[in-house]
Amino acid sequence: MKVSYYPGCSLEGTAKDYAMSIQGICTRLNIQLDEIPDWNCCGATSAHSINHRASIELAGRNLNLATRPVRFGLPHADLLVPCPLCFNRLKTAALALEGDQKEHYRITLPDSVPQIWEIANFFAEDNMLRRVAKHVEHPLKNFKTVCYYGCMANRPPEVAEIADYENPMSLDRIMANIGATAIAWPFKTDCCGASQVLSRPETVTRLVGKLFTMAQQVGAQAIVVSCQMCQANLDMYQAKISADWGKHFNMPIYYFTELIGLAMGVPEAKKWLSGHIADPFTLLRELGL
Amino acid sequence: MPETTTIYPDYQFIQEIESYGPFGAEACFQCRKCTNGCPVAFAMDLLPDQIIRMALLGQRDTLLSCNSIWICIACETCTTRCPNKIKIAELMDGLKEMAIQAGIPCPQPQIRTLHETFLENVRKRGRVFELSFIRNYMFESGELRRKWNDGELSYDLKLGLKMAAKGRYLFRPSKIDGQEEIREMLAYAFAGKSKL
Repeated sequence: MKVSYYPGCSLEGTAKDYAMSIQGICTRLNIQLDEIPDWNCCGATSAHSINHRASIELAGRNLNLATRPVRFGLPHADLLVPCPLCFNRLKTAALALEGDQKEHYRITLPDSVPQIWEIANFFAEDNMLRRVAKHVEHPLKNFKTVCYYGCMANRPPEVAEIADYENPMSLDRIMANIGATAIAWPFKTDCCGASQVLSRPETVTRLVGKLFTMAQQVGAQAIVVSCQMCQANLDMYQAKISADWGKHFNMPIYYFTELIGLAMGVPEAKKWLSGHIADPFTLLRELGL
Repeated sequence: MPETTTIYPDYQFIQEIESYGPFGAEACFQCRKCTNGCPVAFAMDLLPDQIIRMALLGQRDTLLSCNSIWICIACETCTTRCPNKIKIAELMDGLKEMAIQAGIPCPQPQIRTLHETFLENVRKRGRVFELSFIRNYMFESGELRRKWNDGELSYDLKLGLKMAAKGRYLFRPSKIDGQEEIREMLAYAFAGKSKL
């Protein structure tokens, strides 16, 4: 299986662990990731916040590149996007550049662009669940987690084209498929504060503290994510957030791809986890994983 | 007695806002679902439903100088839940763009500086190079000084060193062939609008 791949800027840097885990499990699953040649930043929050045209055209350039032939073959039908914000921006650009105001922009898309997939929804499709299930060697027995989806993977539904946007189930299905227990909880899609970690850190402290409190309350041992921005905000500041809330938050924050890798016995999985700040190993040891 | 203010409506202003959309703001019937679901309403001076109301009443100065349009994190909860399909988060973006074009001082300067340093980074290389972006942001926003004064800097520095030791930073920025294309794209989009 071959798909086009748009990693996005943070997967080259602070989310390298996420990038490695995606590459690692795709290799095991015989999925070839063909990076869009010469891709550029999607513009992220900054572009859409202060310049609409820039936000559509920056993202649109990548869509155009994705329609070019890959490695002397035809362009792939699917475009896989790990970062939910990149996903949101690319989808928004596709809608704008195909919509009734498309003449307004200086980028023209060809008639067909690949289907744009947010990575958790991609791996939660039936055929992908079956593909992973065949490779599961160490089911994550007794692993109790909540799945945290954040904002952009499923919102707004007109852009994400997702039906279960208030109670998404993609990560829950993926967890069940590898033997873990996904606990139901009400904060699946509540915001973590995102980029305000830099500009208004107190927002993140407040929002993430709420998430931790609820995760503890429902008996979760860990939080599973598919967004590197959520991962960073939940993983990196636990000591500080604990101090501000007067509580003790100590919870490993895993990418779902890392857990798939563990369950499939991919040897490098421990290396991916070593990039985390909140200790991801103690829980796994306790569970004999 | 509740405080009263006199408002002089300008029913044309909404057309100007909508030219940045369309957002469909005129469909609002003030159910306040947007505000009830907003995760950052606690930090806003005007609540999302009030923003829409003020927009329909044409309260230009109030809107373009308020905190809320900058506080909005674009989590899209309001847009998702609006029974009248108003693109509320997108309208907040439109107002930010209008405020910048009108040269109105931003009441949340760190947030505006974050967006500008981020896009400056994109302009330079085509992709964001996190280390230089964060360094530039910390200097230009004054956050470095604030963190130093508040004693928060040591936490960040320790975290930064830990991240470096764990190999989480890219030390050599990647450059793309289409760099000139990106520069031209941003120059056109920002022409005469702001400093980028």
